[in-house]
Amino acid sequence: MEIKPLPWLKQSLAVWRKDLRIEFRTRYAYSALIMFAITTLVTVSFSVGGFALDADISAALLWIILFFSAMAGLARTFVHEEEAGTVTALKMAAQPEPVLIGKYLFNVTLLSSLTVLVVPLFLVLLNQKVLLPGVLVAVLLLGCLGLAGASTILAAIVAKAGAKSSLMTVLAFPVLLPLLFAAISATRMAFAGGLPRAITTDLLMLFFYDGTAVVASLLLFEYVWNE
Amino acid sequence: MLGPLILGVWMTGVIIASFLYMPATQGLGVMGRIIVYHVPAAWIAVLAYLMAMVNSLGYLRRGQLHLDRQAQVNAELGTVFCLLATVTGAIWSRGAWGQYWNWDPRQTSIAVLLMIYAAYFVLRSAIDDPDRKARLSAVYAVLAFFTVPFLVFIVPRIYFSLHPDLINLSDRSFNMDSRMLKVFLASLAGFTGLYAWLYKIQIRLENLLYRLEMKRSE
Repeated sequence: MEIKPLPWLKQSLAVWRKDLRIEFRTRYAYSALIMFAITTLVTVSFSVGGFALDADISAALLWIILFFSAMAGLARTFVHEEEAGTVTALKMAAQPEPVLIGKYLFNVTLLSSLTVLVVPLFLVLLNQKVLLPGVLVAVLLLGCLGLAGASTILAAIVAKAGAKSSLMTVLAFPVLLPLLFAAISATRMAFAGGLPRAITTDLLMLFFYDGTAVVASLLLFEYVWNE
Repeated sequence: MLGPLILGVWMTGVIIASFLYMPATQGLGVMGRIIVYHVPAAWIAVLAYLMAMVNSLGYLRRGQLHLDRQAQVNAELGTVFCLLATVTGAIWSRGAWGQYWNWDPRQTSIAVLLMIYAAYFVLRSAIDDPDRKARLSAVYAVLAFFTVPFLVFIVPRIYFSLHPDLINLSDRSFNMDSRMLKVFLASLAGFTGLYAWLYKIQIRLENLLYRLEMKRSE
């Protein structure tokens, strides 16, 4: 693999723009994500009623909602290419790595626009106080980057495996668990306060996880993409 | 035929020695004897998973299907030994901590390890085409292995764990009585032999099944 930063950047942005345009036409993946998140959120909020939950439980609930919504929508990018039969054209138009980066950027965009909408709603509906808002923003950002980072290459695998719908969740859950553990622990501290040292440890874990996921995907993507 | 016989006698000796020759020591009481089974099982699990990873990388580089079969057999054996390590660990945890399962960082990491390879087998069963199956599952195995260091090596060190460590990092000593050490090392050798033997049988079976498949499709 030869690294060419400038052409890669141009191609990646082109792939990203293409995916955004297609998504704007149908808004299928985004509606699936949003509806999934809202449905779970309403169910939880309805059953809890007016009580404020413990920080432990609401942190876990927030990440369960984000994880499963991500699973509902993030596989879409690659599955759509296979269904529409545009894989060959994309292979001819761009190198494998820029395709991955473009799809990764698209998934990050999708996931962060979901987070921006769902998290305020979550805080309002569950009466959750946030003691350290800065930490919460950092955790959500790093969490979205990590969720998208590991899911993008898994989406490519799922698309090649015949797009079996349940496969995405099965494959993603164990790979994403380290991320979820660190994110839940940091979110709990953002809600209820915690030692600065413990918070830094969790944020560093998230940061390194994000880096590892992207680098590993870049190295491996060629084997999934070219057959 | 001689190999398995020696192995059988050796392992019987280890089992007897672990109850009669080895002292029950180090504040763990009689439960401490499980170290002779638990640690070697965990070691073999790591070894087999490592071999599976090496085979998967080899397959991605060279694209030979027999490497994929080796990766599969290693992943299966790794899972068997990983299950043994989990169960013996839970039994020990019941004796030492009072509960079979309490999400200690070590227990968390081994549970996640089992889940990764369960997902690996689900992925394999979902694809029919042998080349595609080999390639995609190899990618998944390598991807998962990049996240495993987080679980096995970093998580237990960062988060507070009650799990005893064999090697004392602060003064570089080995926390074990000499008689215990002898039995422990014998057991380690026995488990490694057991793994090699199982691997040989299993890979022969897979190769025969593959050849049968080829003959049928001709």
